[in-house]
Amino acid sequence: MIPELGHFVLALALALSLAQAAVGFIGAQRAEARLMAAAGPLAAGVLVAVGLAFGCLMWSYVVNDTTVANVVQNSHSAKPLLYKISGTWGNHEGSMVLWVLILALCGGAVAGFGGNLPSALQARVLAVLALVGAGFLGFILATSNPFDRVWPPPVDGQGLNPILQDPGLAFHPPLLYLGYVGFAVTYAFAVAALIEGRVDAAWGRWVRPWALAAWSLLTLGIALGSWWAYYELGWGGYWFWDPVENASLLPWLAGCALLHSAIVVEKREALKTWTVFLALLAFGMSLLGTFLVRSGVLNSVHAFANDPERGVVILALLAAFIGGGFALFAWRAASMTPTGIFAPLSREGALVMNNLLLCSIAAVVLVGTLYPMFADLLLSEKISVGPPFFNTATLPLAAPLIGAMAVGPLLPWKRARLFPAIQRLWWVALGALAAFLLCLALSGARIGPALGFAAAVWLIAGAAADIADRTALFSRPRAAWGRAKGLPRAAWGAAVGHAGLGVTVLGLAGMGIATDMLAALKPGETTRLAGYEFRLDAVRDVTGPNWTARRATVEIRRDGALVTVLEPDRRTFPVGRMTTTEAAIHTTVLSDLYVVLGEERDGAAILRLHHNPLAPWIWTGAAIMALGGGLSLSDRRMRVAAPAAKLAAPGMGKAAQA
Amino acid sequence: MTRKRRRLWLLLLCGLGLGSATALTLTAFQDNLVFFRSPSDIAQAAPTPDRAFRLGGLVEAGSVARETAADGRPAARFRVTDGAHAVSVTYTGVLPDLFREGQGVVTLGKLGPDGVFRASEVLARHDETYMPPEVADALKRSGHWNPAEGAAPPAASWNTLEPERSRPRNGS
Repeated sequence: MIPELGHFVLALALALSLAQAAVGFIGAQRAEARLMAAAGPLAAGVLVAVGLAFGCLMWSYVVNDTTVANVVQNSHSAKPLLYKISGTWGNHEGSMVLWVLILALCGGAVAGFGGNLPSALQARVLAVLALVGAGFLGFILATSNPFDRVWPPPVDGQGLNPILQDPGLAFHPPLLYLGYVGFAVTYAFAVAALIEGRVDAAWGRWVRPWALAAWSLLTLGIALGSWWAYYELGWGGYWFWDPVENASLLPWLAGCALLHSAIVVEKREALKTWTVFLALLAFGMSLLGTFLVRSGVLNSVHAFANDPERGVVILALLAAFIGGGFALFAWRAASMTPTGIFAPLSREGALVMNNLLLCSIAAVVLVGTLYPMFADLLLSEKISVGPPFFNTATLPLAAPLIGAMAVGPLLPWKRARLFPAIQRLWWVALGALAAFLLCLALSGARIGPALGFAAAVWLIAGAAADIADRTALFSRPRAAWGRAKGLPRAAWGAAVGHAGLGVTVLGLAGMGIATDMLAALKPGETTRLAGYEFRLDAVRDVTGPNWTARRATVEIRRDGALVTVLEPDRRTFPVGRMTTTEAAIHTTVLSDLYVVLGEERDGAAILRLHHNPLAPWIWTGAAIMALGGGLSLSDRRMRVAAPAAKLAAPGMGKAAQA
Repeated sequence: MTRKRRRLWLLLLCGLGLGSATALTLTAFQDNLVFFRSPSDIAQAAPTPDRAFRLGGLVEAGSVARETAADGRPAARFRVTDGAHAVSVTYTGVLPDLFREGQGVVTLGKLGPDGVFRASEVLARHDETYMPPEVADALKRSGHWNPAEGAAPPAASWNTLEPERSRPRNGS
């Protein structure tokens, strides 16, 4: 009964979405306040319906209802409760329902908090969101119904892929989707602005928080995925330039460019067409990511189904939304005239450079990700593009970006001179140079990591210099505290975000000087790595809730003193007939000791030992970046209504509140 | 600054960005594209020893010899076959959990002048029923789908050969 209810409310949500789209577009076109006001309550209705459908699916997983095909294929009664719940979105059908649920949440938020928007703009935004939602609801109902029944019901399910049974990964998809789908809202704003032919500061003030929120959550989602790859896959790496990872990096890069150019629209009313273009691009990349991951064109843990029909439908949706968006852009963009004029060397100029470099990096990553697919289709040549390609092609573009990141915030709007900025940054540059030379001296002439450390110091100290400059810390230290308190949170957010990237780069540079070794040890034997002594005590059998494992006990000492005891496993899951390696990690703030148990032969266990300096900083930095985004979001200016919007729609905005 | 000059500046910058991105992509492609070769491809035309490529096929039954390298690290020696031809492979390091005789495998490395492939990476997936699509394709082309004497992969798992029969089973 519950699955049928879920199926029904899903269909209801589709009908409500179509109604919402029609009401929004027609109402805004004819300027009929009553029609426009109906879009908000309809968005609330869609949210309730999709929420109910998601609840029904989750219920089926929690009670392990084996009459539901989706549960049979992806769940098992012996699975811990957390993974039964996360199993709801750990498969194709369920994850699409989660996608639509988040989209409905965004629609509800625009309806609920958008009271200060001009009512025509709000109605059009809701209509576009509803259209996107209807597309995906139709996709779910037509090709991937999560509530399909099987009869007779099997005794139990087939289980969830064991490497996905992990708390980090339980929350990775929802965060990532919040980011992906958040860009649907900026897309809807861009399309609405194109229809109206008007982009102003009020529009920028609305787009920026959504871009910021989506970008921050996407940052967290990517970091969580990378962290999971680091501790779960047991290869000691954190980023493999896998197409699936690139699929999440592309919208992140486009979104990063968008949130910066939205600042220029809001503050200076320049770069309007470009910002609209980026908003379309960011969502296009999100949809492309969804297509790559969901259609089965890629083979990875993410590719659920090699069902060509689904791929074609997602491709059609992608073409409709992106093609439609860009066609509208080509038709209407000329009508938006820029008003703010600026010199090449200015804050705007620096932001243009940021956008250009971020987009170039995105273009390189896009080509590298899609080329193997096209080569296979057109030249029938099996090619793979690996990390060496991405490293050689993106690093030369990332270097000037990092260089400009510290200088940009110090430049004034409109027109700037380079000399005053250099004057305020000389100690930062000196610090970076010192870090470079220090690292060269210590790590033995390895240019790559040394440049990484220099870049990290440049970014972190550059953010500090920005704050010091704004608070006049050096010129009038007494008043600095007062000025720091009065500084807008957006300024703090920008500095924290930039420093966060610096912390991540520090982690990456640290991983550049990581060392690892393979050792075949018999119980009682020892080996040395990076000044630590590793001793294998014993290997024994262990039994878990749905697995059995071989577990090694490794004692790690430094100068005779016990540092830690690590217990890496090799787990065998009888339900999926799979084996996974569980790395054991001992982390201090400055480095990770990472031990993986390999095969056993002739009484010896093969251990892979890694010493990863600064590894945890990679993900800490990402969390700091997201925190910077959050700080910026909490800025008072983001919450205060734009005066222009209030004048345009007195009262009407209120009526549209759901 | 006039609007015209500003537009010129923007165009110039965009051209610079696009140009450098294209140049970087092309140079990086030149050195870093990794081609896939089956043992039959190698028998036809052996790649030069300085170029890394991916070799895929089935691990020939009975060919796996595990040994210890001179520096004490674990090593392995096996043969990769597509039925028509086979190539000897050496690898130093830990073989993946699902490396089995008779199963599909993809290795990354360079072909030595002696005709032995020196792998720097061996990829086998976390799923027993997984068959790398390149391998399935290579086997199909060579006309031998099951050259190994060991247990053949069940037909349902050959996802690229019989898409309608392969059921999705794993997660996100």
